[in-house]
Amino acid sequence: MELILDGIIKAFQLFFTFNPEVLGITWLSLKISGIATLISVLIGISTGTIVALNKFPGKRFLVSVINTGMGLPPVVVGLFVMIFLWRNGPLGFLGILYTPAAMIIAQATIATPIVMGITIAAIQNLPAKLGLQILSLGATRLQMIGFLLREARLPLLAAIMAGFGGVISEVGASIMVGGNIKGYSRVLTTATVMESGMGNFDMAIALGVILVLLTFLVNYLLTIIQQRERPR
Amino acid sequence: MKCFASKLLVMIAVLLFVFSLSSAIAVENMQKNVILATTTSTQDSGLLDVLIPVFEKDTGFIVKTISVGSGQAMKMGEKGEADVLLVHSPDAEKAFIAQEFGINRMLVMHNDFIIVGPADDPAKIKGMKSTKEALKMIVQSGSLFLSRGDNSGTHSKEKGLWKAAGVAPEGQKWFQQTGLGMGQTLNIAAEKKGYALTDRATYLALKKNLGLEIMIEGEPLLLNIYHVIEVNSAKWPKVNSAGGNAFAQFMVSKKTQEIIGKFGVEKYGSPLFVPDAGKKPESLGL
Repeated sequence: MELILDGIIKAFQLFFTFNPEVLGITWLSLKISGIATLISVLIGISTGTIVALNKFPGKRFLVSVINTGMGLPPVVVGLFVMIFLWRNGPLGFLGILYTPAAMIIAQATIATPIVMGITIAAIQNLPAKLGLQILSLGATRLQMIGFLLREARLPLLAAIMAGFGGVISEVGASIMVGGNIKGYSRVLTTATVMESGMGNFDMAIALGVILVLLTFLVNYLLTIIQQRERPR
Repeated sequence: MKCFASKLLVMIAVLLFVFSLSSAIAVENMQKNVILATTTSTQDSGLLDVLIPVFEKDTGFIVKTISVGSGQAMKMGEKGEADVLLVHSPDAEKAFIAQEFGINRMLVMHNDFIIVGPADDPAKIKGMKSTKEALKMIVQSGSLFLSRGDNSGTHSKEKGLWKAAGVAPEGQKWFQQTGLGMGQTLNIAAEKKGYALTDRATYLALKKNLGLEIMIEGEPLLLNIYHVIEVNSAKWPKVNSAGGNAFAQFMVSKKTQEIIGKFGVEKYGSPLFVPDAGKKPESLGL
């Protein structure tokens, strides 16, 4: 018990004394997972909307593939991204293995199906005739899609939160493609694994507490946006 | 309604801004990067955190340390995915050199392996001189033994010791493989009150939380020897041979060897590694 308390106290000490290493790790975590989430939002919401609004053969199969992708294990993603980015792998010429860019690619791969799957469910959950109704009022197809997205904004923001939560807490892929390099690709999760491996449990707990607080803060901001936009 | 769209626009603007930042990270001079594949023990003991800033300052190279088991480190070398290795698995290293995956294998330092166990010592091995006999006692008493099981340098050492003792431990009830790093394996041994083979540096670094005691130490059989190996750029043209060579030379330089000899004295009262550059392997009793 004492250890946990020590860890929590240490977390606040580290953070509020502006320990440069911990701040750097925290900022990098936020940056990598934030960019990865934004990429997944762009791809996931656009593709998800297209899939949801169109009828085509094999749609059920595609949707179940996407829904399976929502549970894609991060280590498996990490393994494949690593193999692709190896110097002598298919994308080796990019030279980005063991960089934050590689971590963004891996995390975006993890988050995209999550965002896409929830988007499909959100759009399909709208009244089926709503789209037709809007079109018949003289809207263009693009305007109609914009309207549908606005109607579905509550679950869509939930999709963003789920995507972000999935990648900020992920460790397997980050350690494989980032390498946990000090001051360069070390993020909160990989640092926690390392510190606990080194027996520095107070530090590991401190990093864990900071991670949870960070996730809370981001979700809190998103929730404010979500709830404020509630239709009156 | 407008509000939501404008927020989305703001988010996209933020995205583009941060994106430009991150592409600045990605575009860097690749010739400056040296990938060092090394064992978990050099990282977990904190030695590399001391040495690498010195190297980077002296040479201008940027080191990317990937800490894995010695087995995996050499696999990375075989595939040309690392530039230089710092490993401690002598037999596997010799094979690595023989297959021309690596060049310029140089002795850097050593410390020793120890067998640690719970204070109550159920197998009654504490203070025994012979590791082989001690392992046999563990077998006879059926006491729990935690193995790394990850093809690391420590794991191959341990396999060699079991072989020397004439025991095949795999599949036995008292023998468990963690598949994790040294630090985590020691934590598990401490929790389960089992015995384990560890390098002394990691044990000393973790000792305060463990409650495990040194059971066997000091036999020449238990030496833990680290070599630096450059990955052969003739096999893999993408290997940064200049950077790998610079790091290898750095590890055996007089200045570095002095830092190694002093490392850990302040914190643990005795050095964690003995610098050996330029010595003949035979002088270590091999």
